[in-house]
Amino acid sequence: MCRLFSLTSRDPVSPMLAINALNVMKEGHDGSGVGLYLHDLGGPFGEMKEAPILSGIFTEAGLKRLSQTAAEIGLDPKYSMTFSPQTPPPPGTPKRGTYLARAYDIPEAWKGLPADELAQEYTRFRLMLRASGEELGDMQVFSFWPDTIMVKEVGDPLTVGQYLGLDNKDLVARRILAQGRQNTNYAINLYACHPFFLQGVCSMTNGENTAFIPIREYLSSRGVDGYSGYQSDSEVFAHILHFTLKRLGLGLEYYKHIITPLTDEELEGHPDRENLIRLKQACRKLIIDGPNCVIGCLPDGAMFMVQDRKKLRPGVVGGKPGIFAFSSEICGLNAAIPDRDPSKDFQPMHLDTAIVRPDCQEVTICNQMQVLPRLH
Amino acid sequence: MQSNAGLTPSTLSLKDLPWQIDWDIHTCTLCGRCTAVCPVNAIELGVFRKRELHAKPGIPEKPTNTYTIYHGIRQRTDPAYRCIGCAMCNMVCPNNAIRPRQLSESPMLWYHNNRGGQPRTRGGRRNEHGPNLLDQVKFIRISMLTDPALDAGRHEFELKTLLGRILPPEEEINALKTDGWTPPVREIYPLIIGGMSFGALSPNMWEGLYMGISYLNEELGIPARISTGEGGCPPRLLRSRFIKYVILQIASGYFGWDEIIRAIPEMQEDPCAIEIKYGQGAKPGDGGLLMWYKVNKLIAALRGVPQGVSLPSPPTHQTKYSIEEAVAKMIQSMYMAWGFRVPVYPKISASSTSLAVLNNLVRNPYAAALAVDGEDGGTGAAYNVSINHMGHPIASNLRDCYLNLVAQGRQNELPIIAGGGIGKNGNIAANAASLIMLGASAVQVGKYMMQAAAGCIGSEGDRCNVCNIGLCPKGITSQDPRIYRRLDPEKVAERVVDVYLAFDTEMRKIFAPLGRSTSLPIGMSDALGIADKDAAERLQIKYVV
Repeated sequence: MCRLFSLTSRDPVSPMLAINALNVMKEGHDGSGVGLYLHDLGGPFGEMKEAPILSGIFTEAGLKRLSQTAAEIGLDPKYSMTFSPQTPPPPGTPKRGTYLARAYDIPEAWKGLPADELAQEYTRFRLMLRASGEELGDMQVFSFWPDTIMVKEVGDPLTVGQYLGLDNKDLVARRILAQGRQNTNYAINLYACHPFFLQGVCSMTNGENTAFIPIREYLSSRGVDGYSGYQSDSEVFAHILHFTLKRLGLGLEYYKHIITPLTDEELEGHPDRENLIRLKQACRKLIIDGPNCVIGCLPDGAMFMVQDRKKLRPGVVGGKPGIFAFSSEICGLNAAIPDRDPSKDFQPMHLDTAIVRPDCQEVTICNQMQVLPRLH
Repeated sequence: MQSNAGLTPSTLSLKDLPWQIDWDIHTCTLCGRCTAVCPVNAIELGVFRKRELHAKPGIPEKPTNTYTIYHGIRQRTDPAYRCIGCAMCNMVCPNNAIRPRQLSESPMLWYHNNRGGQPRTRGGRRNEHGPNLLDQVKFIRISMLTDPALDAGRHEFELKTLLGRILPPEEEINALKTDGWTPPVREIYPLIIGGMSFGALSPNMWEGLYMGISYLNEELGIPARISTGEGGCPPRLLRSRFIKYVILQIASGYFGWDEIIRAIPEMQEDPCAIEIKYGQGAKPGDGGLLMWYKVNKLIAALRGVPQGVSLPSPPTHQTKYSIEEAVAKMIQSMYMAWGFRVPVYPKISASSTSLAVLNNLVRNPYAAALAVDGEDGGTGAAYNVSINHMGHPIASNLRDCYLNLVAQGRQNELPIIAGGGIGKNGNIAANAASLIMLGASAVQVGKYMMQAAAGCIGSEGDRCNVCNIGLCPKGITSQDPRIYRRLDPEKVAERVVDVYLAFDTEMRKIFAPLGRSTSLPIGMSDALGIADKDAAERLQIKYVV
């Protein structure tokens, strides 16, 4: 089973903090892969918050083709952080080429576009690179979005982290999602590795989503750029979150109602009964059905954890004002924030959404039986 | 056969009949129950002549003989009275002295089923032996080690489905914000008892089924639903609170609808839904048919017709001349009749028309669902040739419909109800689960209920199948009180409940290992496999051998 760990911190921290936490949970994963999402960056990237950052892995030819393609669109490279390992990769990790995070100045034509359209341009560019990379085998692109870097690789998280030099002092972030282990239910493919990201919305999951095929069919038919790929059954969690926030305009409090709606009995006395019944019916296609713990991060930096309807996966949230973490196991939490008050650790159950807002001051528990914010 | 008996072209020997009566002279007590109960008078009491030889020992005296008689059972060979294999004779025999046996070779009777120039009519399902396609589908996607399987016995399951048009989430939320109208939706159990009319069914059978459904709803909280079929609904039920468990069917004969329309102002509750029937899977392109034998005083009164006349419904709704008229206009009229509070949907035979109708419904904001009935569906009366040789299998037709909706991004917005041969060989839960995973939102069964809940003895081996002439030996489809008194409505109700409860357990046993419990796995085609390459390709499921 995958192990998940995420951090949300007032001050930027190194991703190695999260990777170390994964490492102490090693008994629970087989060390077959690692995925990282870094947001609200510090260091040099932190000084260019608006510039979209391309992150991915490129061969020599891929890098050349990237430069050409970007130049054709008018994307002007601003700052790059690359790592081209010369040492042999650790056992289990293939030799791939250059790991790149590059910030760009956007072309004139994109400036002044409304946020939605700009987001679409970013997505289309990333999908175009991904498609051509898959065709020629020279690039793998994980994200193209301001203030965001994603890293994915096969191999033991700690060894890979050291191999890729993720302890670089310039690579620090306030929101970090880290996942240990490659996908096992479907083909081994870096695109199948958690976390999954689309337009500022990111999630990673632990478990199997047995409702994958109908949900994939439904999302794919929405006509939204980016609802594609689906190398893993967990990718739909990120897209359902995106759908909830961006297409339906609902808040995070509604996410759990979409993926694991209340039963009829629970709805009986609910103050929002009418709305929730109709929401349950309309979004029935998006109900998940597996043992899953979902950790996610929203564009505004809020971080959360939700559980499946039967709470079949472990998960705990804890920390102290200034830094909080969501972890599969308490030992991960102990490794990352040893000086917190453990009596305040919270393990979300089948109705809870645990949220830490970007100010990193407290854990808010949103229970499905509570009154919901009004629809606007 | 004596030489002076008159051999006509239709004179058949016993050997020419598909069902043979085996009668044992040694155990027969000559009670006469078998001949009394035989619905078609295939057997009669017979008097047989016997010659006995008396040979005395020694030479002087010649042997003599005497002629005596004995009494027994004789099987009639007149095609009009052929044995139908129902085995009622065996059921009433105190000594098991009599039973029908099917002749394996092709019988001559087939050529003589059309006396008077009338082709054979019958009830039942089409005659096809062996496992059908649904029985061959396997559930292959089982979560065992990657994730804990669910426990069918202990975990919470939600096996409900939605009947009614579902708006896309964006539109629904918009309606929520603006207090706009949204189509009515019912949360129901995915096993619906399909339309079998009052008239086709005996009053006792009808009562038993509706009692069973009411019990399931009121006592067990299982929101089971039943369709009336075309034939109206007893006025007392129309005005009762139990009407909310009933889907009222309107078909091209409009039988019983005067009564329904008159009852609207006095209805305490809305019906569950209105089903507009355009076709039946057993006889696509044909309308309904209630033959004169069954149109007694009660049926005639309920349907608003004279007594003792055959009641064929036309194959089309005669006042409508196009799909827009027939579908859109009727749906809208029915919506209006109940103040836009009741889902209205059409039922059609699975056919090449299915996709055309579906596409039309997708664009109609009022259409609540589409019921598609496959070729294995049953009927109370139809021409033999229609039952046996017309129609489209349900699995591929349903799959086409579902994938068509997927391509349009409308899956589950317009629920598809699949019917036709579910549980044909007894595997009701497996068949239903297969269809749901192929894309059905719910399934409907008719004949399975008759067989399971009332002991209907009809089969696909052309056994019994006399539903049409009011002779149903079990009293299920007969309108003769002397016959239908055999059926105890309370027992039928009990069996309906048994069927639903067992079905529910089996569905959980299928869904739990697949890791599904909080929503019906509609379209979960990755769970399905079949050892037939062509079928796998056609249904877009996995080919497994």
